[in-house]
Amino acid sequence: MLIDLKDIKKIYEIGGTVKVPALKSINLVIGKNEYVAIMGPSGSGKSTLMNILGCLDTASEGIYMLNGSNVSDMTDDELAEIRNREIGFVFQTFNLLPRANALHNVELPLIYNGTSSTQRKKQAKEALEKVGLADRMDHKPNELSGGQRQRVAIARALVNNPSIILADEPTGNLDSKTGEEIMEIFETLHDAGNTIVLVTHEEYIAEHSDRIIRLRDGLVERDESVN
Amino acid sequence: MRILIYFVESVKIATNALRSYKLRSILTTLGIVIGVTTVITIVALIQGLNKSFERQISAIGTDTLFIDKYPWIITSNTEFFSYRNRRNIPVNYAFRIKELSSLSKAVAPTLYSRQTAKYKGRSSEGVLIIGTNADYLVTSNTLPEIGRFLSDTDVEHRRSVCVLGWDVYQALFPNSDPIGKKIKLGGKKFKVVGVIEKKGAMFGNSMDTNVCIPIGVFQSTFGVRWRSCDIEIKINSPELMDDAEIELTGIMRRLRGLKPGEDNDFNINKQSMLMDTYKRLTNTLWAVAIGVGSISLLVGGIGIMNILLVSVTERTREIGVRKALGARNHDVLLQFLIESMVICSIGVIIGILFAIGIAKLVAATTPIPAAITLWVVFLGVGFVITIGVFFGIYPASKAARLNPIDALRYE
Ligand SMILES: Nc1ncnc2c1ncn2[C@@H]1O[C@H](COP(=O)(O)OP(=O)(O)O)[C@@H](O)[C@H]1O
Ligand SMILES: [Mg+2]
Repeated sequence: MLIDLKDIKKIYEIGGTVKVPALKSINLVIGKNEYVAIMGPSGSGKSTLMNILGCLDTASEGIYMLNGSNVSDMTDDELAEIRNREIGFVFQTFNLLPRANALHNVELPLIYNGTSSTQRKKQAKEALEKVGLADRMDHKPNELSGGQRQRVAIARALVNNPSIILADEPTGNLDSKTGEEIMEIFETLHDAGNTIVLVTHEEYIAEHSDRIIRLRDGLVERDESVN
Repeated sequence: MRILIYFVESVKIATNALRSYKLRSILTTLGIVIGVTTVITIVALIQGLNKSFERQISAIGTDTLFIDKYPWIITSNTEFFSYRNRRNIPVNYAFRIKELSSLSKAVAPTLYSRQTAKYKGRSSEGVLIIGTNADYLVTSNTLPEIGRFLSDTDVEHRRSVCVLGWDVYQALFPNSDPIGKKIKLGGKKFKVVGVIEKKGAMFGNSMDTNVCIPIGVFQSTFGVRWRSCDIEIKINSPELMDDAEIELTGIMRRLRGLKPGEDNDFNINKQSMLMDTYKRLTNTLWAVAIGVGSISLLVGGIGIMNILLVSVTERTREIGVRKALGARNHDVLLQFLIESMVICSIGVIIGILFAIGIAKLVAATTPIPAAITLWVVFLGVGFVITIGVFFGIYPASKAARLNPIDALRYE
């Protein structure tokens, strides 16, 4: 299995006194080439879970095994390497560098693993071709539409061939037609063998996946396959 | 390899970031510019001064001592008046010293007078007549270019002969042979026996307008028996300078009849005294350079730190994105340190250019050969690294320590 969460808890402390239990006890196993949608009402802990899965944040308690290694007790630098090598993260707000063009944005993960400049350009172009943006490589984010920006972000997430692609409400800032186009890309990526976990609160978006995990108040409420 | 790729990338990120804040970056470098300009200009000035001072002072040998009534360096009037009361040094001391000193190879008494030299309607004004003996050739490192210098017999028999400095020769004998010709000095005729090679100037005084004559003739012609004689002494070798000074002090005290405990009423001068005074002067310049330089570099460095802190805050999300994509803490640290050094190097480069301009101007308008050499590059690189790292480390580590999720959430 790719992801194995055992009794994961996350408690946010506000000002050192108020404690918010965002995740209470999450037990979850996700295998290779799965396509999982995480659903749930606002504030149920979806983003918190995704950030932990993406090694952007660490759990307060519990064990997180990713691809055979224990992520729970890794150092900052080790986590950075995991993020670089194993994870492709797609954000709701795209998070592209505004001053860099599409190609350079897609190159970024490769800079941090020491890929040479020519090799970077080659891989970044291939990734942009996969999301159908080969003709927009030189455009800066403010010269692209929302859907195009999210496609650049997806290209960036998959440029380093990660073990898993995580997307937190990737269509949340897009209209439904553009959202559908983005979902088609995820579907193609899944068909090509990628493992995908995405957060959404639109049922029709979740329909694209093979498995839906529903969260409520920091707990897994339901975990079911989609037919 | 990885580090090299990342280094190149960091320089690109830094220059891109600075390009988007051009004015802000240039203003930030102002302190560095002023500091670097000051330090490098003053260092160039000091080097120029050193060069010209060494060139001038080289006429005074390091193996020569000068016994004078006055010390060369007098710093106050009261000092001067106390020296003025000393007894004059008579010419015959030179002959006694020559007999008594074992460490001296040449002893020359000297008396000076400014006169006009004339030859057949031509004249040369402000000529410095030096009454001396044959040893002056050695004590003053003089070489005759034409003819010969004064001989012992010239001095013994008080012959009315003279040796001309180069400029006097040029003025009086523009296109004729001077040897054997008679010139007039202070109303008396002197036969030219030689011309001294061109020597240049020392502290603004040309040494080529000198004319040497036998000391006895000087005394009878210019009637200055009451004047104190300066005695120039060439020591056997430079290592014996200290011993010679002790020996000569003893001889002088004996000649003067000074009792133990009585102060010397003469001074033994040497080149190193001028050197010491000069060093004290340049030390003041160094202090100014270090003072002004370090204050402006401090101000400049704080400016850089400030602008980097602003930059880190403005780019918090960018830092978050980079970390989310795999940038490690030290990658971010390096990125901002390089940005700090890039800003700093802009200031240093502008500062060096200004300093080069000022040095060129000084060299063109004054006699100081101020010049900036390769060491400037090393100094510049040193400044960039120290200031860049020193003032960049705090903002850079602040950026490096940012938690990726907090940085991404930053609005
Ligand atoms: N950085 C934070 N500090 C404090 N509380 C937080 C923080 N992030 C999230 N929370 C809280 O944790 C709970 C879960 O939030 P989140 O995971 O963002 O939910 P979702 O993405 O499902 O809407 C919420 O109650 C939220 O207020
Ligand atoms: Mg959320």
